[in-house]
Amino acid sequence: MNFLAVIGRVVIATLAEIGKLSRFTWAAVSHVLRPPFFLRMTLQQMMQIGYFSLPVVALTAFFTGGVLALQIHYGSNEFNSEALVATVVALGITRELGPVMGALMVAGRVSAAIAAELGTMRVTEQIDALTTLSTNPYKYLVVPRIAAAVITLPILVFIADIVGIMGGYMVSTASLDFNAGVYLKNTINYIHDNGISSGLIKAAVFGFIIALMGCFHGFNSKGGAQGVGRATTNAVVSASILILAANYVMTSLLFAK
Amino acid sequence: MANKPDPDAKIELRGVHKRFGPKVVLDGIDLTVPRGESLVVIGGSGTGKSVMIKSVLGIVKPEKGEIFVDGRNVLEMDQSAREDTLRKFGMLFQGAALFDSLPVWENVAFGLIQGRRMKRKEAKEIAIDKLSKVGLGADVGELYPAELSGGMQKRVGLARAIAADPEIIFFDEPTTGLDPIMADVINELIVDSVKELGATTLSITHDMASARKIADKVAMIHKGKIIWAGSVEEVDNSGNDYVDQFIHGRAEGPIQMEVLKP
Repeated sequence: MNFLAVIGRVVIATLAEIGKLSRFTWAAVSHVLRPPFFLRMTLQQMMQIGYFSLPVVALTAFFTGGVLALQIHYGSNEFNSEALVATVVALGITRELGPVMGALMVAGRVSAAIAAELGTMRVTEQIDALTTLSTNPYKYLVVPRIAAAVITLPILVFIADIVGIMGGYMVSTASLDFNAGVYLKNTINYIHDNGISSGLIKAAVFGFIIALMGCFHGFNSKGGAQGVGRATTNAVVSASILILAANYVMTSLLFAK
Repeated sequence: MANKPDPDAKIELRGVHKRFGPKVVLDGIDLTVPRGESLVVIGGSGTGKSVMIKSVLGIVKPEKGEIFVDGRNVLEMDQSAREDTLRKFGMLFQGAALFDSLPVWENVAFGLIQGRRMKRKEAKEIAIDKLSKVGLGADVGELYPAELSGGMQKRVGLARAIAADPEIIFFDEPTTGLDPIMADVINELIVDSVKELGATTLSITHDMASARKIADKVAMIHKGKIIWAGSVEEVDNSGNDYVDQFIHGRAEGPIQMEVLKP
């Protein structure tokens, strides 16, 4: 009996949360296209979300590309290794690892920061204060963050693609003694437009998820410092899981034969 | 119940109900704030004071009841009409609720720049003028809220509340957390600035000294209902045991705090 009650409670809580998230998402999206627009805030957020995430995304991509090259080399036999490493690094980075690893790193950095900032604004009544100053909090706080993330994530991932391939190239030529010219030729031969553009589409969706999760958990945080801490954790965890799930769905749709 | 809103009322609440889950916070609030007057709602912690104010502002949505501002029901308004109505309001929050990412002057000018699309330079001049009205110099305008003391933050909050010359101002615990002298300074500033604007005000407080100073009328809220209302002179002879207990701050009386006695 008790066991059933627990299941019921969990199901109800989950559905309530999904409902809340859907309403929040609708409110946020419906304000994207309606003026006034806060351009200044959007540019500021593009700096915060995009520009300042560059180092961490680039480093992640570099090491991912490098380690990918090593693993493929160890895993393949001597004769086809040289051809295989370049192509697998190029495809792996542009299609999956660039967007996903990049987005996960940005999720850790940005979702947490957004949730902490908006959460603190919520518990100190700053979000209510916006309303009393004739400023819609969705327009002023949520829309600029979502817009900035959706715009900057594809740019970040494009840079991550380049740096990741470069990481593979440097490991291959420096420590595996591959021929640089052949490596580059193989890379260029196997990068399909489809691979890069699908990665960039994914990145835009991931950007939406990252900003949305940060804003949603920040907006709904309550109960002082502890509540803000919980919001921050929830934002990062939910953004990361949603990114991985959305990635699976998009891969199966974008690459469906 | 008569359906027409009271023509002399700036704000009128009728039968407003709000609950959070199983907890009933507002249990049929009836309250009238006459035009140009200052009404102070007194009541203990957790009696629904803040939720009542937030219902009028539309931050909290009541399940039942009517809230009229200038004779129009704000609960039935669409988004844009509601936003127009909100322009009539200014509010001083309990913790001042200043935006800590912006310098003081931009906090004060916020409603002008973002809400009304005024030029930044023009808005800054108004902000500095409003800051001087609450006794703060132009140099304070360049500081950030975190660099100010509690009393100064409250004064900046007041300057922000009056920056757009609102018709209605809400004060949420304006003196809480301040020393008695600073509390009195804030009270005087509230009285002065309200007089200058000719605004209608609704305040909530549990500080009786503050209530006596800023109120024309007083109402007492208890368990989500208005249990007494009258002029500030009548508050000492209300004949209401609840009011008596509250204004004298006695633990014994009809209001029982939920405290487990050892």
